[in-house]
Amino acid sequence: MGKVSIATVWLDGCSGCHMSFLDIDEALLDLADRISLVYSPLVDNKVFPDSVDVTLVEGAVSNEDDLKKIKHIREHTRLLVSLGDCAVTGNVPSMRNSFKLKDVLDRAYFENAQVNQRVPDVSIPPLLPRVRPVHQIVPVDVFVPGCPPSAATILQVLGELLEGRLPQVGEQSHFG
Amino acid sequence: MVKTLRIDDQDVSAGTDDTILQVAQDNAIFIPTLCNLEGLKPVGACRLCLVEVEGYRGLAPACVTRVEEGMQIYTQSERLQTYRRMILEMLFVEGNHVCAVCVSNGTCELQALAQRLGMDHSHLEYRNPAKSVDVSHYRFGVDHNRCILCARCVRVCDEIEGAHTWDLLGRGIQSQVITDLNRPWGESKTCTSCGKCVQVCPTGALFKKSKAVAEMEKEHEFLPYLNTIREVRSNG
Repeated sequence: MGKVSIATVWLDGCSGCHMSFLDIDEALLDLADRISLVYSPLVDNKVFPDSVDVTLVEGAVSNEDDLKKIKHIREHTRLLVSLGDCAVTGNVPSMRNSFKLKDVLDRAYFENAQVNQRVPDVSIPPLLPRVRPVHQIVPVDVFVPGCPPSAATILQVLGELLEGRLPQVGEQSHFG
Repeated sequence: MVKTLRIDDQDVSAGTDDTILQVAQDNAIFIPTLCNLEGLKPVGACRLCLVEVEGYRGLAPACVTRVEEGMQIYTQSERLQTYRRMILEMLFVEGNHVCAVCVSNGTCELQALAQRLGMDHSHLEYRNPAKSVDVSHYRFGVDHNRCILCARCVRVCDEIEGAHTWDLLGRGIQSQVITDLNRPWGESKTCTSCGKCVQVCPTGALFKKSKAVAEMEKEHEFLPYLNTIREVRSNG
């Protein structure tokens, strides 16, 4: 049997979920025999492969690049996992939704800037008017709340997926 | 007088004035609640305790429905589980409950219920309403982003402390808890600064100042009057 191909992506989040993933420590060695990490901030590949078995998504959908990425990923992945509160609820990135985007940018780049007052627009993607959880953009197969989900939770989710079962996180994790 | 009835096919007996919720709790049958707090008058505000009663057209809130002889009650049906998760989703999307950066992260009753009832995401769009925070009181703060309008603060202030500083203003999604006639809490002439409202609040909406993320543990033993009432009830 071939290895299960796994991708991880980092949208609008703090990378804490990726840190928690690495926190499974020595279990990574067992995992390495069974999975192939084909795309991730943790590996070099810059192009999302045509067909991936499981993709773990960290982060909310906040800018045009996130939006493009998540739609592309959904098309090319069999099972999509919303990993952590930003992906599941919008979490901290979505706190700007209570304000108009223009007001947010004005506060950051004009009111609180003393020099070079301008909204950055070179080589970074424009922000979307509203930050949204992943499942409000594309269908999601598994939800793993937590900020971040514990290493044990992530390991359990991966274990279930590798056994061909759809994991039920249930009472193992909670928002926050 | 004792009444006999069935909850989830379990025969139970109850006092005449008992509510369905009291009887369920006495028999270790779990019915989720958020606005209910023993010692305070029940109001049926959160709707989480809705149960099915045979012969009733609609669902009955267990905290304000008195038992009747021969009642057949169901508390765990698929339909109720779905409604409970839906109610939690509505509570989450109507506020800004960002658990990760809440003083009550880890001790919040809303967060714990979402976990227990398996609400792991919201099917509804987050509304992200613009809500305010009032930290004008010298010891306490109110964060309306995290308020679920359970009115425990309103009731404990009125029924136990006797100050009636808190009340509810507005209708629907515009509703919010207020102090005095919607004046800043710090300017309240009626507030005795006893802190009971803070201790009964199920979320991080009412908090002690100087508490950072996950540091606000509510002390229910802080409420001696409620405990006394609880004892009187269990002895009587």
